[in-house]
Amino acid sequence: MLVSKEKMAGVVDAVSNNKEIEGRSLWQDAIGRFQRNKAAVVSVFVLAFMVIWSFIGPALSPWSYEEIDWNVIGNAAAAGFPSLETGHFFGTDDLGRDIYARTLQGTQISLLVGLVGTAVAVIIGVLFGATAGYVGGRVDNYMMRFVDFLMSIPYMFILIILFVMFGRSLWLLFAGLGAFAWMDMARIVRGQTLSIKNKEYIEASVAAGVGGFTIIMRHVLPNLLGIVAVYTTLLIPGLIMTESFISFLGLGVQEPLTSWGALISDGAKTIQYGTPWQLLFPLGFFIVGLFCFYFIGDGLRDALDPKDR
Amino acid sequence: MFSFIVKRALSAVPTLLFLIIFSFVLMRLAPGGPFTSEKPLPPQVLANIEAKYGLDQPWLVQIWNYVSGIVTQFDFGPSFRYKDQTVNSILSQGFSVTLVYGFWSFVVAVGVGMPLGIIAAIKHNSWLDYLAVGISIGAQVLPNFVMAPLLVILFTLVLGWLPGGGWNGGQWQYIIMPVIALSTSYMASISRIARSSMLEVLHSNFIRTAKAKGLPMSSIIMKHAIKPALLPVVSYLGPAFVGMITGSVIIDVYFSTGGMGQYFVDAATNRDYSLLMGATIIFGSLTILFNMLADIVYAWLDPKIRLA
Repeated sequence: MLVSKEKMAGVVDAVSNNKEIEGRSLWQDAIGRFQRNKAAVVSVFVLAFMVIWSFIGPALSPWSYEEIDWNVIGNAAAAGFPSLETGHFFGTDDLGRDIYARTLQGTQISLLVGLVGTAVAVIIGVLFGATAGYVGGRVDNYMMRFVDFLMSIPYMFILIILFVMFGRSLWLLFAGLGAFAWMDMARIVRGQTLSIKNKEYIEASVAAGVGGFTIIMRHVLPNLLGIVAVYTTLLIPGLIMTESFISFLGLGVQEPLTSWGALISDGAKTIQYGTPWQLLFPLGFFIVGLFCFYFIGDGLRDALDPKDR
Repeated sequence: MFSFIVKRALSAVPTLLFLIIFSFVLMRLAPGGPFTSEKPLPPQVLANIEAKYGLDQPWLVQIWNYVSGIVTQFDFGPSFRYKDQTVNSILSQGFSVTLVYGFWSFVVAVGVGMPLGIIAAIKHNSWLDYLAVGISIGAQVLPNFVMAPLLVILFTLVLGWLPGGGWNGGQWQYIIMPVIALSTSYMASISRIARSSMLEVLHSNFIRTAKAKGLPMSSIIMKHAIKPALLPVVSYLGPAFVGMITGSVIIDVYFSTGGMGQYFVDAATNRDYSLLMGATIIFGSLTILFNMLADIVYAWLDPKIRLA
C-alpha cells in the first residue's frame, strides 16, 4: 500500500524492458541430448547416405537389377567377380544379374517394408493402446487380454502360411508384418496413457466439456510422441529382420524384385561355388543398415526417455 | 501358487484352440488344394479322394473330427503328400532332431549369456564388461540366417573343420554349427538383460545395507542380488524360446538337418494341409507351453505376481 507510484512504475519498466529469458522446450533439450550421442548422429548420416545411394546408385551402373549378362550366366565364379571393367561393381549372381543393382534395389525394398510395416503397426498400436488406457476399467481389461492372447500366438508360422496360401506380394508383406507387430506398441502406449490421463490438464479439458476422442487426439497423443518415436525406430529394424527371415525361406517379395533377406539367402545358398561377393555385399548393407537403426533408436531413447538415463 | 498355475494353464487352452481353428480355416480358404495338379483329375476320382480324406464334409464336422482326433488319440491324420506316412510319423522324426539342437541352443544361450551378463555387471567397466557389451551389440545384427552362412564360410570352407550340413544321427560335429547359429543372438540378448538388471540391483538400497552390515561380496551376490536380478531374464526366456523355435525353421532349411522346420516349409510349398497343420500345432503348442512355464517360474520368483 505504501509503495509509491514511482517505485511501482520503475519495477514495471525494469520487467518489461528486460529481455525475456529464453525457455528451452522439452524437444530442444532432447535434440541437444541426441546430438551429443555421436554414434546416433553418425548413424543418421550413414542411413541418409544409404537411402540416397539406393535411389541414385542404380543410374551409375550400366546394368539394371533384372538384366541378365549372357557372358556370365552359369559361370559366375569365374567371370562374375566384382570388377569395374565389366560394370559389375559387386559382381553377379549365377544368372548373370548384377549384384550392385540388385543390392540397391533390395535396400529400397527392405527399407520400404520396414517403414510401411512399422507405420501400420504404430497406427494400430497407438490407437488401440491409447483407447484402452484412456477408457480404462473393464474395456481396458478386455482389450489388453486380447493383446496378451495375440502375443501368445506363434505369428511367424501363420505369416508363412499366409504367404504360401495367398501368394507373395508386397501388400501382404506390409499388412502381415504390421498386423503382427503392434502389440508391444499397444502395451507401451497404454501404460503411458494411464499415467497421462490423471494429469491436471486432462481434468481441465474434461471439465471444459471436451469429448473423449478429441482429448485423446489433442492432449494424449502429443504427449505420447516421445516414447512412440523411440519404439518406432526400434521396431523398424525388427521388421526388416522379420522380412529378411521370411525372404530367406524363399517367401517374401516376388522376383525380379528382391530384398536384403532374399539376396542374403541367394548368396548363402551359393557360397560353396566360390562366389562370396554374392553374400558379402548384401550382408554388409544389411548389417550397416540395422546397426544404424539400433544406434538411432538408442540415441532417441536416451534423448526422449528420461527415466532410463 | 497352485491356483496361479491352474489359472495360467486354463488360459492357454483357448489360445491353442484358436490357433488350430484359425490355421484350419486359412488353409481351406486358400486357392488350390493338395490335389490340384497340372493334369486335372476326373471329377469322380477327385470326389473319391476327397471323401477318403474327409474333405467333402462340412467344415465344422471336419474341424471337430480333427480336434477330437488330436485330443483323444494324438492323431494328426494321414499326410496328403507322402501317401504311405502319417503326419505323426513324419513329425516325430523331425521333432527328435529339432529337440536335440534346440535343447543345446537353449542351454548355450542361457548358460553362457546369463553368467556373462552377471559377471560383466559385477566387474563393471572392466575389460570383461566391455567384451560382454561388445558381443551383445554386435550380435544384435547377427540373427540365425546371417550366422548360419558365416559359420559355414568359416568352419567348412576356410578351416574345413565341420561338415556344412546334414545330421548323421546327431553326431556332435553336425550339432555345433546349428547350435551356435541359433543361440548367438539370444545369448547376447540374455547377457545384455542380465547385465543391466544386475547393475540396477547392485545400486539399490538393500544391497548398500548388506554391504554396510559387513557381508562379504560373494554372499551379497548369491543371497541378495541374484534372485531379483534374474527376474527380467526369466521374463525374456519365453520370447527367446519362441524365437528359437521360429529360428529352427531357418536352421533346418539351411543345414538340411531334417528337423521339423524342413517339413514345415516342404509342407507349406506342397500344400500338404495335414502336415502343415500338424507342424503348426506342434510349434504353436510348444510356444504356448513354454510361455506358460516362463510365467510360472516368474510368479515363483516374484510374489507380487503370484498373489495379485
